[in-house]
Amino acid sequence: MARELWKGNEALAEASVRAGLVAYFGYPITPQTELLEYLSLRMVKLGRAFLQAESELAAINMVYGAACTGVRVMTSSSSPGISLMQEGLSYIAASEVPVVLVDIMRGGPGLGNIQPSQGDYFQVTRAAGHGDFHPLVLAPATVQEAVDLVYLAFDLAEKYRTIVIVVADGNIGQMMEPAEMPPMRKVKKDRPDWALTGADGREHRIITSLELGAERLEALNLRLQKKIARIRQAEVRYQEHKVEDADILIAAFGTMGRISQTAAEMARAKGIKAGVFRPISLFPFPDERLEELSRQVSRILVVEMNAGQMLDDVRLAVGKDFPVEFYGRMGGVVPLPDDVLEVVERIGAELNDEQR
Amino acid sequence: MHQSIVFSGFGGQGALFAGQVLTYAAMDTGRHVTWIPSYGPEMRGGVARCTVIVSDDEIGSPIVRNPDVAVVFNNPSLEKFQTEVRSGGLMVVNSSMINVSVDRSDIRTLWIAGGEIAIELGDVRMTNMVLLGAMLAANPVVELSAAEQALRDHLPERKQHLADPNVEVLRRGYRTATKE
Repeated sequence: MARELWKGNEALAEASVRAGLVAYFGYPITPQTELLEYLSLRMVKLGRAFLQAESELAAINMVYGAACTGVRVMTSSSSPGISLMQEGLSYIAASEVPVVLVDIMRGGPGLGNIQPSQGDYFQVTRAAGHGDFHPLVLAPATVQEAVDLVYLAFDLAEKYRTIVIVVADGNIGQMMEPAEMPPMRKVKKDRPDWALTGADGREHRIITSLELGAERLEALNLRLQKKIARIRQAEVRYQEHKVEDADILIAAFGTMGRISQTAAEMARAKGIKAGVFRPISLFPFPDERLEELSRQVSRILVVEMNAGQMLDDVRLAVGKDFPVEFYGRMGGVVPLPDDVLEVVERIGAELNDEQR
Repeated sequence: MHQSIVFSGFGGQGALFAGQVLTYAAMDTGRHVTWIPSYGPEMRGGVARCTVIVSDDEIGSPIVRNPDVAVVFNNPSLEKFQTEVRSGGLMVVNSSMINVSVDRSDIRTLWIAGGEIAIELGDVRMTNMVLLGAMLAANPVVELSAAEQALRDHLPERKQHLADPNVEVLRRGYRTATKE
């Protein structure tokens, strides 16, 4: 496949089709709508299921139902829409059915606005619904990475029978970049041995999120925790940029990761050794590697388009004694490279003073 | 080479598409490129603006504070970008729609009658290609031929009949600016 120019939202849609998506249910919301719009044509042409539901609540419960049959299924939305889906997400997590969810974040809280934001880090990593569970969360920084991660998301969702959330800010949904699409996969015919396919000629199967007995519900929870432990072991992903000799390490995800990379280059041009650590999996968070890096840098600067959410994970990773700084903007304001550079320069000057 | 180019106008003037043609041309000639719109709630009208970054290297930030080049289609865009274009940069001004003077002496300013030229060649809606052609003459970030090819290759099927007139307009913008 050659490189083609793709809008982020449409690239996510096409990559999902190629991953073998069988059914999509969703409800339009800016800045995510092009994903749904693209599939409304593409899925129908392929004879697959596309349905625009009457609300996000309906959409996520349609996803839940379809996922119980063991086929590849997804939905997509933006921040306020994800909030509406949380009940369904919790049921899906308890039922252990594979689901892919794309969240193109916008400014919040409330109806907020439609500008890019990273304000839902807590929501996707910790609070996708009530009860003890974590979805697996992947955060792309480029259109190509969005393609690769959503393609992978379907495999991971099936492998662990979990929710995989691909989370990006509105910039990635709206921007265009050259990207190469992965090969078209055949839709799998065989269904997993837990799927509801009609009990003709076999014992019936039950998928439920209701366990009235305390011990039985605890057993379910222990199983979920075991799964989370396996995910923490095997699914950590991150990218590093010039960390080897870095004095100041910028930790940032998604769009802020790439903007920070430009800031780090600008800092290096001024003689400040800056590098970037970009978590790709937000859950599981790459805490071990970050802890390791904290032993070789003087300071960590966390940059986010929120009030400091991934900041908590960074602090947990490096401990309370390591100096961690934060720079963030909210409400849809996107920090520019020179905004980040200003903070890096200030930290650089402080480090110089300390060394004197 | 690393260059940032902003296209800015009213919704409907074709600023976003002009940016896309440049983006395709850059991609097809093997460059790294990003195209990012500043988007708003309006379906039509309002501000339409995009930033294109063309580079020989991997692109970090897709947005910049001070673009190297601004192609401005209307008065509000000129007012905004004449303060933002970097010193030594270039501003391409659609004189058919703009009656504000430029008070920067540290940038190059190219005035071009985008609207008049487009109307003369058949349709005011081709103003964007006049301005893109003119920009490429003053700042050859990609070859004119690459932009022509990009236009032909990436116009959707149902708009292919518009390829020839648009290429003609693009060339006229280029030639007009070359003479300036």
